Amino acid sequence: MSRLAVVVFPGSNCEHDVVAALERVGIEASLVWHQQDSLGQVDGIVLPGGFAHGDYLRPGAIARFSPVMTAVAEMARQGGPVVGICNGFQVLTEAGLLEGALRPNAGRRFICRDVTCEVRSIDSPLTVDCERGERLVLPINHNEGNFTCDEKTTRRLFEREQVVLTYTDNPNGSVGDIAGICNEGRNVVGLMPHPERASDALLGSADGLSLLSSLASFLVGKRAGRPAAARSAS
Amino acid sequence: MRFAVTVEVTGLEGISDPEGQTIERVLPSLGFAGIEQVRVGKLVSFELAAAGEEEARRVAEELCHRLLANPVMEKASVRLAPVRENA
Repeated sequence: MSRLAVVVFPGSNCEHDVVAALERVGIEASLVWHQQDSLGQVDGIVLPGGFAHGDYLRPGAIARFSPVMTAVAEMARQGGPVVGICNGFQVLTEAGLLEGALRPNAGRRFICRDVTCEVRSIDSPLTVDCERGERLVLPINHNEGNFTCDEKTTRRLFEREQVVLTYTDNPNGSVGDIAGICNEGRNVVGLMPHPERASDALLGSADGLSLLSSLASFLVGKRAGRPAAARSAS
Repeated sequence: MRFAVTVEVTGLEGISDPEGQTIERVLPSLGFAGIEQVRVGKLVSFELAAAGEEEARRVAEELCHRLLANPVMEKASVRLAPVRENA
């Protein structure tokens, strides 16, 4: 069974939902306090949603200096899956592990509702089992989800298929309707929607399981010695 | 020496500022005319110990770069003045 670490910052609030949802797809996950600088033997890391350090200054601005981020950066460098959900996505951009930044929503409102997303790339730890163009209903729950980067970077993200998910009806002003991206190495992925909150029909949608079971497949593939890059080339 | 430092963080030119726009829209109804380009930012102030003004500025600018502003969307300006040591 694959083992993931789910990082808890002061102010994280989705960590237990993430652990429960990962268990549903056969991934064993354990909570790790942000002050830990080593994670032991884990196959990947999830940074869950919430309001790390109260979102003071900017979401993720303080969290990126937590000791655990050294281990996160090392996992990213080694090619292991690193997934940032909502606040976790914000932390990854602040840490420079993903490009761009997340600004306050264009309408100046906190948005908490279901949105429809389209899978734009299946070459990421969260989408290996999806189909390109697949539509997923997922909840968003954020004040700063307005993905921003300069035009050159936006163009490059689309050209290199680093845009993993887009909104079909842009709720927050994100450039290019971007809901989730990955890094150039394709092992670090961040998204504003919450797949763990769409992991059972009782929750209104089970579409998040497509993303989480992709993560399970990605982990198995990785352990069998097939890194993501090799898989996409074949 | 101690320096009183004020850092202003604002959005980069060309990045929309919905908060500033909202304030600007309400101004005519309050009777204010001719006010344009309203931008809302953040102010951070602190005191800093340094050997001299040059060092104080260097440290403050590094702090802006590493923490106070995100260069993807923000810019920071630093003002500083020596703190008078009163007896």
